Amino acid sequence: MTEPLSFEKSRESLPGPRLPAAGLPGVDPAQVIPRARLRRNRPHLPRLSEPEVMRHFTRLAAMNYSISKNFYPLGSCTMKYNPVTNEVAASLPGFAYLHPYQPEETVQGALELMWDLERALCEIVGVDRMCLQPAAGAHGEWTGLRMIQAFHEDRGEDRSEVIVPDSAHGTNPASAALCGFKVVEVRSDAGGRVSLPDLESKLSPRTAALMLTNPNTLGLFEKEILEVADLVHSVGAKLYYDGANLNALMGICRPGDMGFDVVHLNLHKTFTTPHGGGGPGAGPVGVMKDLEQFLPRPTLERENGHFKLDFERPRSIGRVRSFYGNFGMLVRALTYILAMGADGLSQASEDAVLSANYLRTRLEGALEFPHDGPCKHEFVASARNLTAQGIHATDLAKGLLERGFYAPTIYFPLIVPEAVMVEPTETESKATLDAFTEAVLEIVQLAQTDPERLQAEPTSLPVGRLDEVAAARHPVLRWRPPAQD
Amino acid sequence: MLAEMGIETLEPLLADIPARLRLRRLNLADGLSEAETMARVRQLAGRNSAFEDRLTFRGGGVYRRFIPAAVPAVTSKSEFYTAYTPYQPEASQGWLQATFEFQTMIAELTAMDVSNASLYDGATAVAEAAAMAVVQTGRDRVLVAGYLHPEYLEVLTTYARGRKFHVLQKLPRAGVVDPDELGEPLDQTVAAVIFQQPNFLGLVEDAQALTEAAHQAGALAVACVDPVNLALLQPPGEYGADIAVGEGQQLGLTPSYGGPHLGFIACRSELVRRLPGRLVGESQDARGRRGFVLTLQAREQHIRRDKATSNICTNHALCALAATVYLSYMGPDGLRDVAQTSLTRSHHLERRLAGLRGFRPAFPEAAFVNEFPVRVEGGEGLLARLQEVGILGGLPVGRWFPELEGVLVFCCTELNDAAAIETLVEACNG
Amino acid sequence: MAERRYTESHEWVSVEGKVATVGVTDFAQSQLGDVVFLELPRAGLQVQAGDAFGVIESVKAASDLYSPVAGKVVEVNDRLTQQPELVNKDPYGEGWLVKVELSNGVGDGLLDEAAYKKLTGGRAE
Repeated sequence: MTEPLSFEKSRESLPGPRLPAAGLPGVDPAQVIPRARLRRNRPHLPRLSEPEVMRHFTRLAAMNYSISKNFYPLGSCTMKYNPVTNEVAASLPGFAYLHPYQPEETVQGALELMWDLERALCEIVGVDRMCLQPAAGAHGEWTGLRMIQAFHEDRGEDRSEVIVPDSAHGTNPASAALCGFKVVEVRSDAGGRVSLPDLESKLSPRTAALMLTNPNTLGLFEKEILEVADLVHSVGAKLYYDGANLNALMGICRPGDMGFDVVHLNLHKTFTTPHGGGGPGAGPVGVMKDLEQFLPRPTLERENGHFKLDFERPRSIGRVRSFYGNFGMLVRALTYILAMGADGLSQASEDAVLSANYLRTRLEGALEFPHDGPCKHEFVASARNLTAQGIHATDLAKGLLERGFYAPTIYFPLIVPEAVMVEPTETESKATLDAFTEAVLEIVQLAQTDPERLQAEPTSLPVGRLDEVAAARHPVLRWRPPAQD
Repeated sequence: MLAEMGIETLEPLLADIPARLRLRRLNLADGLSEAETMARVRQLAGRNSAFEDRLTFRGGGVYRRFIPAAVPAVTSKSEFYTAYTPYQPEASQGWLQATFEFQTMIAELTAMDVSNASLYDGATAVAEAAAMAVVQTGRDRVLVAGYLHPEYLEVLTTYARGRKFHVLQKLPRAGVVDPDELGEPLDQTVAAVIFQQPNFLGLVEDAQALTEAAHQAGALAVACVDPVNLALLQPPGEYGADIAVGEGQQLGLTPSYGGPHLGFIACRSELVRRLPGRLVGESQDARGRRGFVLTLQAREQHIRRDKATSNICTNHALCALAATVYLSYMGPDGLRDVAQTSLTRSHHLERRLAGLRGFRPAFPEAAFVNEFPVRVEGGEGLLARLQEVGILGGLPVGRWFPELEGVLVFCCTELNDAAAIETLVEACNG
Repeated sequence: MAERRYTESHEWVSVEGKVATVGVTDFAQSQLGDVVFLELPRAGLQVQAGDAFGVIESVKAASDLYSPVAGKVVEVNDRLTQQPELVNKDPYGEGWLVKVELSNGVGDGLLDEAAYKKLTGGRAE
């Protein structure tokens, strides 16, 4: 089952949709705009009727795996159920139809919502202030690093290095490099945590910050975090928290209490705003008091019960995006926090840890586990035990697709060969986890008995394995109308 | 589950967290039922007043336009919105194909070779384009020619401080840039000339001349364009721009108090490996069936780490889907109708306002499409009066540009019907 | 064919007269997998030993290319633009990357065949 491109279904004789008529004498563009600046040829957009449009996208929708369909164990991405309540809330006309340049007195409810969200997030992670502007986690990382950079510059210190663990998300070194920092890698020890001796050897007066995820990308809690924080602070550097894995810790412990100075969150992970096929997300970034003056502009302030945006922030690093961030995502996140409350959030994290450890226990023996448990909200296994049969992590992933599951994150973190990173989240039942286990066991069995069959999977999806090498060698990144060839 | 793990409580699983870090409980209220949650959220929404579509005459980068019902009907399909980045192509062909169609549509609208799968917003798209130009040319200054959206400029400046390049701005005297005015700041150290078409005031720039001026200095030309007005205006690819960027909110997205919206970026094919973010390409499976994959991923942070073209990971895919459905619904004729009707109404409104006492066009010589600047005596008082009758009047731009104190930028779309325009004119005359 | 010398970053170099031919090793191409793209310099670029002069990409990885020698790039293997797979098929032959006119000789820091084999756990060839 494949679906032609909308362009290939276009019917050239089809008139456009009925739209509001001007109701006024028409103005010819050529009379009011110099002719040379006008478009001569219409763009090639498809001409389809509404039923054709709906059918096209309904068919495309059916070719997607989604959380609403089944388990989505993509490690590091926190694919948990996205409550439909969130969607209803964000589409309320009192939110969806607000213009960002409306007078402040007409948007007090929106500002109050952002205020409430900022306060709640500060409480959950233990920081003093939060900026809601960043559009995604990586955007928040960059924003946080810029604030750290401004902090050091303000003190007249030239600190050019950011330390990142070898197990870090790729966005960490990328964000640091795009802030002009040199990236220094710190090794993980045999237990899968930051090696303290190696960290000590890399810390220096040049260090601006250490970026850390906790639990780390192996799903392990950095149990020496207090020592790490002391070491980092002792050279005058800041400790940065990558909030990708906060789903393990809500109501259990807080990055701020661990000694982190800057914290970014991914509302599309921990706070159930949908992943939307790749976004939009939201990546609020929080800071301790001494970094507050560097927050992006505007900040949100409250005076005599009235909420106002404060643009007069002379030490601010400036704006990181237009307007006030992905407001629609902020509505969803606050809706989730209200529904969950203090009791629900800690329950969610506890259940996430429970799910991950249960699944880890069930899979022992089927895959290799390079690091000892317990894990937190996710774990990293290795498919190295299957390579003797010519089976790799990617084959395990495709086998899971064939059996109605999405695949875990594979080949990440880079320090584990044949990595298989599984994050079950709190929203999956024991029955689902058991069914997933059965599927993995079946695949591991097949790897022994009929590896070739496994390598040919998936066979039941719209397409089989695609040639990614050819796609990258000779990229075809768009459809072209036949005449233009 | 605990029993299968041989434990009685959850505590052993949390034992590696130092005791002094353990929290008793968060200082937040307890959870609410769905009914109570929605009551609180509705209460917050009720403390806002959204202006009616037809009585909103304010744009400034975010526009009230007609959203076909097909758009939310598609984007609210959980098969789309509860999926993630299509890392496993066999199980994500719907998303990948929709994105391939989006890339094609943006490339067609801008007449550029290639588009990426989306960025956060127009502002960060400008900043990413500037960074591409800096890397491509090895130069470390970018020149903003004319009235670029002030928030885009601010974001560009923030990015530039981090990425170690400099931003210069040249503001014109006559609302639009006279390319000869660029003379002095535009030298061999400039990586890119960045301009907005139409500019922030709604005025049509001589994009061709600006592009030529950029190229003469060995710089890239970066055009920040309005996707709806591209139905009428010459597209960047035709005047030789190297990178086209913009904000796609108008293509089927609600204003949502400023986000989430849709950044787009398109370029000439020679620059494709400098593009930030995801790209979808065509391929085949072993049986020769066409399929789509994420491609050229070695540019991206998850592979290239500290040498990636950008740190972007999560993008605005669902917003790009909305735009894809919108453009599929509209087709070339519908999009042109939308732009044409907006142009007709704006020019009608401009003539009506120009006839009122105390109103005069700020730059009468400059051409515009559907947004235009008017100098108004007592502008702030006027806006308050309009608000009382439910009208969101023109955007006061003096807050960003002191030389434009007293200037309001009015905007019309296909939703401001003739009667609404009369209501506005009467209120302005009051 | 002149004797090949190796870098720890998996480039090889072989010198004839004043011109050194540079490529990546068989071990490097096997680790990278199918090469999809190479970013190579233009002829005329001056390089020092250890300078990054380009990038090699596969679908799932990318790495910088470091020059084993100092000198001026005098020739670039243009066939790789259309056929990057030559690096996989024949890394020491048709898959060469650039030719460098040496400004001095070849430095002492390079590995001989035996040392490189040791570095790669005996998998150099």
